[in-house]
Amino acid sequence: MTDFRDAVGPYFGDFGGRFVPEALIAALDDLATAWDKLKDDPTFIERLAALHRDYTGRPSPITEVPRFAEHAGGVRVFLKREDLNHTGSHKINNVLGQALLTQQVGKTRVIAETGAGQHGVATATAAALFGLDCTIYMGEEDTRRQALNVARMRLLGAEVIPVTAGSRTLKDAINEAFRDWVANVETTNYVFGTAAGPHPFPALVRDLQKIIGEEAREQLTERIGRLPDAVVACVGGGSNAIGIFTAFLDDADVRLIGCEAAGDGVETGRHAATIGAGSPGVLHGAKTYLLQDEDGQTIESHSISAGLDYPGVGPEHSWLASIGRAEYRPVTDAEAMEAFRLLTRTEGIMPAIESAHALAGAMTLGRELVAAGADPAETVLLVSLSGRGDKDVETAAEWFGLVDSGSAGGQDEGGSTTA
Amino acid sequence: MTGSRTAATIDAARAEGRAALVVYLPVGYPDVDGSIAAARAAVEAGADIVELGLPYSDPGMDGAVNQEAMQAALAGGTRTADVLRAVREVAETGAPTLVMTYYNPVLRYGVDRFATDLVAAGGAGLITPDLIPDEAGEWIAAADAHDLDKVFLVAPSSTTERLHLTTAASRGFVYAASTMGVTGARASVGPKAEALVAATRAAGAERVCVGLGVSTGAQAAEVASYADGVIVGSALVRTLIRSDGDRDAALEDLRRLIGELAEGVRSGRPVTSGGPAR
Repeated sequence: MTDFRDAVGPYFGDFGGRFVPEALIAALDDLATAWDKLKDDPTFIERLAALHRDYTGRPSPITEVPRFAEHAGGVRVFLKREDLNHTGSHKINNVLGQALLTQQVGKTRVIAETGAGQHGVATATAAALFGLDCTIYMGEEDTRRQALNVARMRLLGAEVIPVTAGSRTLKDAINEAFRDWVANVETTNYVFGTAAGPHPFPALVRDLQKIIGEEAREQLTERIGRLPDAVVACVGGGSNAIGIFTAFLDDADVRLIGCEAAGDGVETGRHAATIGAGSPGVLHGAKTYLLQDEDGQTIESHSISAGLDYPGVGPEHSWLASIGRAEYRPVTDAEAMEAFRLLTRTEGIMPAIESAHALAGAMTLGRELVAAGADPAETVLLVSLSGRGDKDVETAAEWFGLVDSGSAGGQDEGGSTTA
Repeated sequence: MTGSRTAATIDAARAEGRAALVVYLPVGYPDVDGSIAAARAAVEAGADIVELGLPYSDPGMDGAVNQEAMQAALAGGTRTADVLRAVREVAETGAPTLVMTYYNPVLRYGVDRFATDLVAAGGAGLITPDLIPDEAGEWIAAADAHDLDKVFLVAPSSTTERLHLTTAASRGFVYAASTMGVTGARASVGPKAEALVAATRAAGAERVCVGLGVSTGAQAAEVASYADGVIVGSALVRTLIRSDGDRDAALEDLRRLIGELAEGVRSGRPVTSGGPAR
């Protein structure tokens, strides 16, 4: 098999590139050059490793979840526990590296976009740790959905700017962050949150997230003496997925499955299944799959998970899909929430709703494999549990009808109070 | 291959001892016919070259005013086909008419098909704020085949190497972004603009127009003292934003501002210079 792992950009097959204003090219060039040097610099590698060990809490463990796995055809399911990282998700892996890179290029301020708030919280955390000024752009709609994360970012010292343009969600936060960056590029580094955007971000973020798969590959090999049959991860922009996939890209026998948010169902048009239902184009600086209408206008995505609610995807995923190395499957809100409930009830682990999409994908895959004749005891799935569900408790409580109707925010069902 | 009409218009202005006035207006704001009327009024009032904006859902290079106008245009149902109609009706005035567009709508339409239809509509070429020459192979081939202008941007952060690359790829003129930032009126045009124009000329550009931040006759005069063209956008869009919806009054305001800007580009250079200072 080709050495997929060594793909460095700016192009992944036909995807990637730098479709950005000329004003940003110098900064992107600086970043690419600095990263090329830094990633092999022993001092940097040691600093980052120390942060991972002493601050994030790496390596994150892998956990076998047999009670949950009964719902996946009885195959063996292992979770890579990124939910146990400091700040609660895989996002911290990326931002610590990019914060060190910011120092390296001599900048004092970081900006970031955030959807669910996980990347914003992680960036604000790294900014606090490194003493950097920090501004976070977040769609106004998302600031409402994730009010607690907004408070966390502000407590950490970040300025959170609600974006009121466009659909008021993640894609508009990204536009606004790019505008800020164009205007302030001399002092400011853009800490991009996912493996999308213009080169070098897809490769840079992948390089910083590939630790997920590298650890898991070693841990699983040590535990069961072989590689998994499939690796399953959720895909919004796709950073946790590319992070866990990369270590297995050159292992032809390991299936790689990306789970995209199908919202109400791909057929309803209300979804975020970018690869499954999108088409190639240019969005946020890269040629990649995106949700677009026949005029090339971006179509708004929909998902119960703010973290997957994005109409684009990282270009490396577009490439892996186009050459058939990875498979991308839709998972609806309902399927994800059922997986959320099952993992919580059977294992006492409450996943982020993003990660619940991967769990749902694993349930389907496990049943498929067993139905096709696989021996459950000999079938191993590795799932990226990219984050924990604390931030999603309100959404889940609402979904499962656990909110008292008489409590604050309950609906007035009488309809007779208006005079 | 015939010459660029845009370049010829800039040269004609230069022969008059002045800079050209380039105006930007988004198609579909306040509606398609209204935007066509505004662009035609702008030409009557003294604009030399027109840029028609193709509304786009994610205009990362634009500030709040232009973005709001684009969003309103899209909400009103403006389509790529409407932009080509607008080009046809505005080009009838005789002013070179360029389309300013983000790349994805062109890619989606089909790059060569877009070029073909733009030529058929009488359009002069494209200005592409998020497309650098490095990524523009398909567009460059189509533009060269169809004799269209390729206006690429340079920025204060552009290296000498990139100024050469961008200048070599451009046709019509090179668009110098006056400042590191997005579109929108500013109190002063970036101090880096003059140096950027000089550096772009040194890289081989025959015509350099300056945009971003110009909103008044005085600013136009200042830019005209060193550039071949002055590009004004959001300040014009602002005249069209009226809470009372009075379109005649909006067009009157637009004409008045264009008149002021046209006067600005004529007062920017000493008449005795008799041509471009090189």
